[in-house]
Amino acid sequence: MSVSVRIPTILRTYTGGAAEVNAEGATLRDVLQKLDADFPGIGARILDETGKIRRFVNVYVGDEDVRFADNLDTATPAGAQISIIPAVAGG
Amino acid sequence: MVLATTENTTASPARAGDFGPAVALSCRECGARYDLGPSFACIECFGPLEIAYEFGRVTRAQIAEGPTNIWRYRALLPVPADVTTKPNMAPGWTKLVKADNLARELGIRSLHIKDDSGNPTHSFKDRVVAIAVEAARNFGFHTLSCSSTGNLAGAVTAAAARAGLDACVFIPANLEEAKIVMASVYGGKLVGIEGTYDDVNRFCSELIGDELGDRWGFVNVNLRPYYAEGSKTLAYEIAEQLGWRIPDQVIVPVASGSQLTKIDKGFKELIALGLVEDRPYKIFAAQAEGCSPVSAAYKAGHDVIRPVKPDTIAKSLAIGNPADGPYVLDIARRTGGAVEDVTDAEIVEAIRLLARTEGIFAETAGGVTVGVLRKLVASGVLDPEAETVVLNTGDGLKTLDAVAGQARPTAVIRPSLDAFRTAIA
Repeated sequence: MSVSVRIPTILRTYTGGAAEVNAEGATLRDVLQKLDADFPGIGARILDETGKIRRFVNVYVGDEDVRFADNLDTATPAGAQISIIPAVAGG
Repeated sequence: MVLATTENTTASPARAGDFGPAVALSCRECGARYDLGPSFACIECFGPLEIAYEFGRVTRAQIAEGPTNIWRYRALLPVPADVTTKPNMAPGWTKLVKADNLARELGIRSLHIKDDSGNPTHSFKDRVVAIAVEAARNFGFHTLSCSSTGNLAGAVTAAAARAGLDACVFIPANLEEAKIVMASVYGGKLVGIEGTYDDVNRFCSELIGDELGDRWGFVNVNLRPYYAEGSKTLAYEIAEQLGWRIPDQVIVPVASGSQLTKIDKGFKELIALGLVEDRPYKIFAAQAEGCSPVSAAYKAGHDVIRPVKPDTIAKSLAIGNPADGPYVLDIARRTGGAVEDVTDAEIVEAIRLLARTEGIFAETAGGVTVGVLRKLVASGVLDPEAETVVLNTGDGLKTLDAVAGQARPTAVIRPSLDAFRTAIA
């Protein structure tokens, strides 16, 4: 499944400045593995030492926060847009 | 020191201006340090960045000589010493109301309400925005922006108008009418997003990485480390207005949790600088039941906040995925406080209770803190003998709908004494 991943500014050093990249995978876990294979080191910025999504990172598949879905097991259908966003303060 | 990656592609270089005693950005999670810049997240771990300082000698007398607004504490904020010479909204130094009537009704010995409805746009947000305006000036941004539940949007458009900056603010489209009016009357652009506050936040985070948002200062995103420091002034004012003493107990509303963490930081700074006696204090966090992810985590004994989809009349607190939630848990537990929530009905009751006893008309967030105060006293969690301060962060005129159905004329009569006699019988 080919999906697009939007990269936050602080991770664009890994993607050569690209704001959006393509990746493959049936679940978010697969997609992040592929992302890390293509851009070594980026996976460890998104996942902590235990393999979970870091607590100050929000990941969306489409419009849905994956914490409301199946976290890393969330399905990533073909054409889905994945967004990785640092947590921000209130307003 | 690592040079921070700027969030805006063509932003001015780090430390473009004068940030007073601020010396660096520091990650709250891993401690990584960065040069001062328009950055808000740690490159290593995504943790939130906050301001690190090297304070000079600060005395009570020096503060007392300052203006009666937040700039009296400029030696403790990331702003230049001459900040008072530039056009700004000059918020702060709001009333600390001794609430004897409410204290008597609830069976508390000593109670104060820190009433931030007295700020220029009638909420505590004027404090944080004033600091963000200085950062925007320092970084050469031309547009001031934010994601907002309403109060912040009004504070931003007003502050931008006064500072001569463009404004473009983003809110959930279904906000209270008064907040929409306040956010638009000062000029600039007001964009309603179809979705919740968390959706608005996500949109703004993406906009900041796009050329559309280039050279924009989002007060609660890329300027967040500076902006958040404005909440420290609540702690400073409470202590100074009590005669340079930190109260035993404080009740703070929680949306993102940023305000609560900065009140704790403010108290700790006053102690470290020797401006107040070093004694224990408890910080209690208040949420609305319809959006209580931090309270739920506290009660379950968890360290991780599970996001929720908000459904409450307290829209200014309706943040389902609070960025500083884990720190609220840490502070409540460390200080011996607690996290509690109240229903929408209890919020309305509390708004009316505060209005009836003290003549203060709070917005729904103030109803949340007073409602939680009442609940904590009833449950015995809050010590009724200890000196207590409760925050009211905004004006009830902004959330009229919450009480409009229940606050009606006592009677409508012909202008005659007989009719009145009958009506009051």
